[in-house]
Amino acid sequence: MHNKSVAELSKELESGRISSVELTQQFLDRLKTEDGKYNSFITISDEQALAEAKAADEMRAAGKATVWTGVPFAHKDIFCTSGVRTSCGSKMLDNFVPPYDATATANFKAAGAVCLGKTNMDEFAMGSSNESSFYGAVTNPWGLSSGDKRVPGGSSGGSAAAVAARLVPAATGTDTGGSIRQPAALCGITGLKPTYGRVSRYGMIAFASSLDQGGPMARTAEDAALMMNVMAGYDPKDSTCIDRAVPDYTATLNEPLKGLKIGLPKEYFSDQLSPAMEEQVRNAIREYEKLGATVKEVSLPNAKLAIAAYYVIAPAEASANLSRFDGVRYGYRCEDPKDLMDMYTRTRAEGFGNEVKRRILVGSYALSAGYFDAYYLKAQKVRRLIQQDFINAFKEVDVLMSPVSPTPAFKQGEKNTDPVSMYLEDVFTIAINLAGIPAMSVPAGFVDGLPVGLQIIGDYFSEARLLNAAHQFQQVTDWHQREPQ
Amino acid sequence: MSISREDIEKVAVLARIKVDGEQVSALEKDLGNILDLVDQLSAADTDSVEPMAHPLDAVQKLRPDVVTETNQREAFQAIAPATEDGLYLVPRVIE
Repeated sequence: MHNKSVAELSKELESGRISSVELTQQFLDRLKTEDGKYNSFITISDEQALAEAKAADEMRAAGKATVWTGVPFAHKDIFCTSGVRTSCGSKMLDNFVPPYDATATANFKAAGAVCLGKTNMDEFAMGSSNESSFYGAVTNPWGLSSGDKRVPGGSSGGSAAAVAARLVPAATGTDTGGSIRQPAALCGITGLKPTYGRVSRYGMIAFASSLDQGGPMARTAEDAALMMNVMAGYDPKDSTCIDRAVPDYTATLNEPLKGLKIGLPKEYFSDQLSPAMEEQVRNAIREYEKLGATVKEVSLPNAKLAIAAYYVIAPAEASANLSRFDGVRYGYRCEDPKDLMDMYTRTRAEGFGNEVKRRILVGSYALSAGYFDAYYLKAQKVRRLIQQDFINAFKEVDVLMSPVSPTPAFKQGEKNTDPVSMYLEDVFTIAINLAGIPAMSVPAGFVDGLPVGLQIIGDYFSEARLLNAAHQFQQVTDWHQREPQ
Repeated sequence: MSISREDIEKVAVLARIKVDGEQVSALEKDLGNILDLVDQLSAADTDSVEPMAHPLDAVQKLRPDVVTETNQREAFQAIAPATEDGLYLVPRVIE
């Protein structure tokens, strides 16, 4: 059962060949025996999962089943789950049991899906290797057989590793600068960062509010579409959410791609990309040409400024968002504070890890008196230039294609001592968040036995088209079905 | 662009994060490198460009001014480090 997709598991449940309680128990058993190798989960919520499975079987018996009813999945530990610890990968929230559900959590519950637990992640979603988690690094299921412990990417590294290792068929992720797409690429799974405002951020612990977006991580584009059907939609509880009709994302998966106009941003095929990676990405694009697509080169002249703009905007917003962790209302509080200031400063010094502290300090600096115009305002202006590049490109083509990451999965400990070298890992993904447009990572080959991701970037609200393009590719390739040994 | 030890100590106070001498030295290097990276922005010509806050330039939606939330003080305070009589407790600030 663990090799089946969400769509296949749904059919098994519908046929009555297996109940959700049986299926959930199988997945929980496997999760407990297998996850020692990967550390992809922070919390396994057996009791709640089995209760949800029982309720799902009753929902089905009452004739109220949806596609998701009884199907196991997992949430990144950034989505608040009522009654289940939500740590965001941080010591600060090690004891935090939310009194409410995120909208994404509530939506999956309403559909009858069964959440097996909460997946590991970089602390407060800040990282590209899942090495900054308070709960330890996650190990990529790929490359293990050669004896190397490699990173799964980040920050949604636990979700990506769990899906790749067949511990769950699907998991939620969040993407602020590449945190769905890069781990999806490094673990050989399918991930989608939706348009900013498409998925509610309510109850999704905030990192950089103008960039954060939740989305699906699964093995197939079809399963990602099924997740989007549950996750997307207007939510009055998120003031930045967009009120716009949600299509059935599965309805257009089988549209032919003949005539699809693909643009290749020349800045994303630069010398930052290893030749072996480029070859795999170009091979994937040739598959699209066989499917009837046409290809032309385009330019995103301001893309080179994306990392610089991001490392002002994201830390600035993080410094404001993370000011709420003060030891007063929830989460960690230091021992024996001698006064209020001591309580704030030691709670935050002890509760946050190094990368989080670095970003809060950079952000506080960028927003401090005398620097706001030079940093934050300047970065917001550059952000518009970057957005304009994409708007111009989409006047000529339907989608853009590029690599997701400059290299395949690197070894644990290789980049985590130098923050800036880690930041460059997101060179092909960050501009998309700044522009607020959707993009996917689709398995597209291997280099030295490690997965390579193809990035498919679309115009605002073109998620259905991206999923269609990914699904058609997955009908003629089997990269997404390869299993780590 | 470099950042001085004094700047780091000042910003740590603003951010309410305690840092000791050794950490300041490490931060001097790391934050300096990050600010070098960020410095590329100064080369961009943005004279006539409006800053962008929301990718779709959306504005805040207003709702009718009516009470929609119920009081859940007990549920919220159950997870607080210290409370008494429905109030959050912090170290004494007024003698």
